[in-house]
This record gives sequence, structure tokens and C-alpha cells, in this order.
Amino acid sequence: MKGEATMFDKFKAAAEAAGNTEVQRFGAKAEALIFIEGLLKKEEIKDTPGFYAVWADSPFLKGIDTKELAAKVPGLKFEVTRELAKNAKIGITQMEWGLANMGTLAQDSTAVEQRLASALSWIHVALLSTDKIVADLPALMTKMHPGTSNYIALITGPSKTADIERVLAIGVHGPEQLVIVCVDESGGMN
Amino acid sequence: MKKELAQSIHEALERQNLAGILDRWNYPATRAKAYEGTDFEAIRNRIAEIKGSAADHLEELAEKFKKSAEARGAKVFRANSPEAVKDYITNLCKEKGVKKIVKSKSMASEEIHLNKHLAEHGIQADETDLGEWIIQLAHQTPSHMVMPALHLTKEEVADLFSKETHQQQSTDIQQLVKVARKELRGKYFDADMGMSGANIAIAETGTLVICTNEGNARLVTTLPKIHVALVGLEKLVANYADAEPIITALPKSATSQLITSYVSFITGPSPNTDGSLKELHIVLMDNKRTAMAKDPQFKEALQCIRCASCLNVCPVYRLVTGHVFGHIYTGGIGTILTAWFNEMETTEDIQGLCIGCGKCKEICPGKIDIPALILELRRRVASKEGLPFIYKTALSVINNRKIFHAMLRAAFIAQKPFVKEGFIRHLPMFLSNLSEYRSLPTIAPVPFRDVFKKIKQPQSKTKASFFAGCAIEFVNPGIGAAIVKVLNKAGIEVVFPENQSCCGIPHWGSGSFDMAAAAAAHNIKPLLADDVEYVVVGCATCATALKKEWPHLLKDQNMDSLVPGGKKVAAKTVMFSELVNKLIEEKKLTPKDGLKLQTLTYHDSCHAKRHVGIDKEPRAALAAAGYELKEMFECDTCCGMGGSYTVKQPEISMQMLKRKLKNIEDTGAEYVSAECPGCLIQLGGGLDKSGSKIKAKHPAELMEDKFK
Repeated sequence: MKGEATMFDKFKAAAEAAGNTEVQRFGAKAEALIFIEGLLKKEEIKDTPGFYAVWADSPFLKGIDTKELAAKVPGLKFEVTRELAKNAKIGITQMEWGLANMGTLAQDSTAVEQRLASALSWIHVALLSTDKIVADLPALMTKMHPGTSNYIALITGPSKTADIERVLAIGVHGPEQLVIVCVDESGGMN
Repeated sequence: MKKELAQSIHEALERQNLAGILDRWNYPATRAKAYEGTDFEAIRNRIAEIKGSAADHLEELAEKFKKSAEARGAKVFRANSPEAVKDYITNLCKEKGVKKIVKSKSMASEEIHLNKHLAEHGIQADETDLGEWIIQLAHQTPSHMVMPALHLTKEEVADLFSKETHQQQSTDIQQLVKVARKELRGKYFDADMGMSGANIAIAETGTLVICTNEGNARLVTTLPKIHVALVGLEKLVANYADAEPIITALPKSATSQLITSYVSFITGPSPNTDGSLKELHIVLMDNKRTAMAKDPQFKEALQCIRCASCLNVCPVYRLVTGHVFGHIYTGGIGTILTAWFNEMETTEDIQGLCIGCGKCKEICPGKIDIPALILELRRRVASKEGLPFIYKTALSVINNRKIFHAMLRAAFIAQKPFVKEGFIRHLPMFLSNLSEYRSLPTIAPVPFRDVFKKIKQPQSKTKASFFAGCAIEFVNPGIGAAIVKVLNKAGIEVVFPENQSCCGIPHWGSGSFDMAAAAAAHNIKPLLADDVEYVVVGCATCATALKKEWPHLLKDQNMDSLVPGGKKVAAKTVMFSELVNKLIEEKKLTPKDGLKLQTLTYHDSCHAKRHVGIDKEPRAALAAAGYELKEMFECDTCCGMGGSYTVKQPEISMQMLKRKLKNIEDTGAEYVSAECPGCLIQLGGGLDKSGSKIKAKHPAELMEDKFK
């Protein structure tokens, strides 16, 4: 457990160093869900274009009554279409791996919903099982292989550019903000 | 140099927006930070091996990639020429009814001017990378390979965006980025086709790896139903694992980041939003890359990962920026790529921009010897077209010291009307830009060979042969006298072989390798005539010839019988400060007691630091001799002299000097020292012209009276 904690600390420090990124850690899935609901409320998610939240299919949702959740939070959509994602403020996806040395997230994004939710929204909420944090890119490459995944996506921090006068600007084509929600309880995350 | 190039350099020097941006970025420091904890030498060795091996097996890898990618459902088209690429893409557009394309960055598409071709066929292609979109709106070409619109100010960008949106836009950069987001967002959804490049193409798996920070490539490869990737053959690597060092080094070298925000590995088509499968076309473009791979020298250029670090550290690029390079690929590597992908003829001029300082070679993650390849271009141009008559004559003269001597005596008399205190401050009009920022050195009244005859030396068993070089011989013989004096203190007797001539570096640097080898051949015997322990040089440029290049040059010019002699000279050659430092360490030289401490800043000549690796020794020796070092900013950045460079590219040379002088002044030191008479001519002349109190001195002059 000690080694795992160190791995998480490294991951959190590296991820947050990428700017506009916060890393939260929860013991249980239920606690994480409370945090997410709070975030949706804080960001004023509602059933109006531009204020939707889209939640792409995730192992995290197993055992959660999504209908009930959608009813509780108007504007939260579990069906990720082009139009809904286009008008989403928040996109939630579950990532498969984290890289401790760079604070990078990795996902098999072959399913288009995963890319729509994480690439078009202003805020990307990334769910991650704490025990899925590996050391670095070489370690990840032993876990994920293009032989079995058509679209592997690595994500580190928000979308950014420095193309005008080399001044950093956040959120040019993708999210302005990345919120990483780590959950220790591995049951229900896989 | 053609008039148009001179004009374009002149205009570029007037516009220093990009230069200021590169300065504020402080790339060398931020890059070093990004590489903290990473063994750069190890990683670049891996990249050089991976990409070098890929260049050796280009055809095999291309076929393997095609097979792997097609097995996963992609269509792979191999195109030899730019025309074949254009035809394939326009035909595909016609067949699928494509009218609108969104593009993420592809240098390969810039290389073949694809957008222009598509527009002629009524197809609208919108760039989505912010920098690329800006230059598209401005109808310009990239000025930097990674940050293509860096030459434009935020005001100019605001004007372009105002025109595009028919709305006045503010000059606030954060606001401008949001305008781009809003304008381009709709285009992704409307486009019939998305087009991308790739940073890596993995043959084993048929995978494209695309790195971006903005996230535009994710949208380009997700929203439209057709994805076309245009990939140069040099992007191929054999295996999945080969991608790792490239993904690791590229962002560190390109933008001083640990990793780009997004890295996508795309293998075969993924589903579209309507449930259908995407159509994925991969165009593998040759356009001379195979020919390059077959060239024993230029094969190395295929190891480039397009990070543009050679631009960021180049003292010439920083001044003139990208558009002077005349095409898409800019800077050092751009000079080489343009020569191959476009026309050798423009190369003749562009290669002349390189001063050969070697900064790019130090930081290239593909381990490409960029200056050597540019020199090779120069050699090929010179051997094909011959050097201009005036250079050739000048180079022949300096190989014959008797004629050179006679000519310089005549010049000594001719210079008299312009001389004041050892400098020429004004020249007749046609040469005036040479003395605008820098007084020119005068030719010494007595050359070193005559000075040497009058020096009384103690006899010793330990002998050193002194190779003076042209500048010490004719311009500053005092340096030679000081060297003899210091070495005598250590009990070394100096011999001066009178039959020596130029070291050959001016010929080498002009691409005339045969004349350079002739210079080597001429000098070896006289230098080894006496039984000497050392061959001492007080000039970093000559040291490059004697310590390093002569054996290669002789071999290259099939003068094999002279190679052992060249190697013997190389083994015995020491730079003056290198030898003094050794003698101090061996206690053969002892500094005088109670030396008054004086302050000094040290300029690393390019040849000393990056060709022969001497930078610590002069500092240690000078410190021992009572000089307190006050390091200047960019102490190892070129002063702009570069031998004949200062004559061929006077405007650039003078701007480089201006910056150097400021860095020197900022230290407030009493002296600036460099172990290179060429740098000293440049620095001393500049300091004199600006009326500075700081004196430029050779280490030998500074240490002349400092030892017991």
C-alpha cells in the first residue's frame, strides 16, 4: 500500500503541474459520486444547450441507477451524441491508466463517445482507479497495445496553445479544465 | 549572395518580433528543465539508432506499414511525387463529394502546397492548428516549424481575426484564442473530411502517432467521416516500442514540455458518430526521401523528428527568422530538407546563412550533425559550380604564405590613411557596413615571423612547435610573443617552422575540401620537423584543423599516405590555455605572489568549445593567474565573426556582435577574453567602435607577466 501511495502522490503532483488540473482522491465510489454531483451543481449544469454534462459509458456507472441520477441532475446525459457533446459544458469519461511521472491519463478511445465527451467539453472529468497508476510510458506500453486498441488516447492537462507570441492560453479546441477523480475502491471500477 | 536574399535578410532584421519572443521564452533553460532526470545522450542515441535503421530499411518498412494498416482496415497509398499525392486526394474528394476539409498540422502538406491545389479544385481546406490557421488567413508560410505564426504580433493576429469574423477583435491573446475556438468549432462539424499528418508511423502495427497540445487532431480524426493522413516516409519506425523515445524527446525539445497534452495512437478506422466505420486513408509520401536515404551523408537527416530545436538555438535564425529560408522547412535542418525536397539551386544561397557555430548539433535529439551536412551541401555546390572567382583567388593566396605576406605588406601601406590606434574606424562607402558596428583590425607593421627571430629563448630539451595561424602572424603578433614568453617560463623552448601556412579552415568552410587538404599537406612536415613534444596553437579555428579535421580531410581527398602524419599532429596539438592549465597543475608554472585581482568575462569561441571541447581549461588557467571570472549571458553563443562569414553576411554578423557586446558590457568586467584571434578581432573592434572601456585580450596577453 505504501508504494501505491507514493505512486499516487507522484501522479497528483505531475498532473497538477500541467496547469488547470486538479486531482481528487476518494476511498469509495459513493464518495466520488457525491463529489461529482457537487461539481455538476457548482458548474450549474442544466437542460439547456451549452450547459449539458455528458457521461460516456464507464465501468464506474455499474450498479448506479443512471435514470435516477439523470432525473436528479437535469442536463446530465448518459447518451453521448455529436449534438449533445457539442453543447456540453462537462464531459465525464473513465480512463484506464495513469502515468505517475507525467500525470498522464490513458484510455482506449475506440468508442467514439469517449472522444466526444473528453474532446468537446469545457471541463473534462476523468475517472481513474488509483491502483491503475503505473510508473511511466514504457510501463504503459506493456499494458496497452495498438494491436488490440484502434484509438489509444493519452491526455495530460487541458487543451493549450502558445501559438500567439508564445503566450500560454488554455482551452483552445478542447477542455479548459481537467478534473481527475481517483477512486481507491477497485471493486466497481473495473 | 543574390540581391533578393540580401533584401529579405535586411527586411527580417528590421522586424524583431520573433527574436524578442524567443528571448523571453529562454528556450535553453526551459528545455534543460524539461530534460531533468532524463539522460539526453542516451535517448538521442536510441532515436538516432531507431531512425537511422528505419532509413536503411525505408522500402521494407513502408511495405510492412501498408500491410499492417490494411490488415486493420485502412487504405494505404504510396506516392512518389507531390503530384501523385495531390491527384489521389483530389480524386478521393471528387469520388466522395468532399467540399470541406478540416486539417490538423501536416508539414508534408505544406511541403507540397496542398491547400492551394485543393482550392483550385473548389475544395476548401481549413487549418485548425491555431498557428497554421493564422498563417493561412495571412496567406503566408510558416516562419517556425513548431510555432508557425510566431513572427506575427497579437495586433496583427487581431487584424486577421477581425477581417475573418467581420467584427473588431481585441488584441488580448486569451480572447483571440477563444475567437479561434468559436470560429473553428463549427468547421469540424461541417467538414466532410479530416486531414492530419503524423509524428510517427509504426510499421509493425500500422499505427499513426499524432501529438498535439490544442486537441485539434482529436477532433479532426473524430468528427468527419473520412480521415486522410499525409505522412512522409521519414516518419516510419519499425516497432511499437520505437515510438517511446520519440514521444518522450519530441515535446521536451520542441516546447520544453514533458509531454504534449494529447498523444493519439490511431490504428485502422474507428466508428463514426452514426455507427458507421470511418474511412481511413494513409498517404505515404516519398518526394526524394528514398533518394536521401541512399545518400551516405544525407541519410542522417532522416533522423529528424521535426522538433525545431535547431531553430530555437540558432543565433542566425533568431535574427532573420524563418521566411528568409525561402520555403516551408526553416532553420538548420530546413536548409538541408529544402535542398532535397525542393531545389538544390536555392540552396546555394540559403546554406550561406549557416555560420557553423555548432549549437544545433549539441541539442539535436536525432543526433544529426546539421552544420556538417550544410557544409556538405556547400561542398557539393562548390564542386558542381565552382567557387566564385574572387573567393577562389583569395583562398589560393592564403595557402601560399609568401604571396600572402607580400600582399599584406602592400595592404599595410594602403590602410594608412584610415588607421587610428590600431583600428580602422571608417572605410570607403562600398565597404562601410563592415565598419558600422566594429572597427576593423589593422595589419601589423612587423609580422610574427620577424618578431619571433628577435625573441631570446632559453634552450630546453622540451620543445613545442608553434602554429601561429594567419591572424596571429599578420594582425596580432603580440599574442604569439606572449605565448612564447609564458611557455619559456615553464621551461619549454618554442620553435616556429617558417614554412607553415594557413590551417585550411577557410577553404573547408567554403566547401573547397581539396584546397583544405592541400593546406594540411603543406603544414604537416614543417610542424613535425623538430622533435617536439607539443604543437601549440593560440587560435581555436586552427586548433579545429590541427586537432580534429586534418586526418579526415586527407583521407577524404585520397591522400592516405599523409594521414599518419596528420594523426601525429592531432595527437600533439594543444591549445595554449589547455597547455598552460596542464603546466599549472603539474606545478611547472607558478603564478606570482600577490597578484592584483582583475575581473574578466570569457567568451567561448565556437571552434574551441564545440569542435575541440576546450572551455574549462582557459577559465581555470586565467583564474589561477589572478582573474576573477564574471560569466556573461550566452557565453558560448557565436560572436558573428565566422571567418569570411562577416564579409559574406555583414548585416547578420553585425547584429550578432551587437548582442554579444551587450552581454559583455552587462558583466562590468575589465576584460573579455577568447582564445580565438577571429573572435578577438570582432569583439575588440566592436568594443572600440562603441567606445567601451572593456578590452578584448587573448589569454596569452593576459597571462604574459603573471608567472614566476
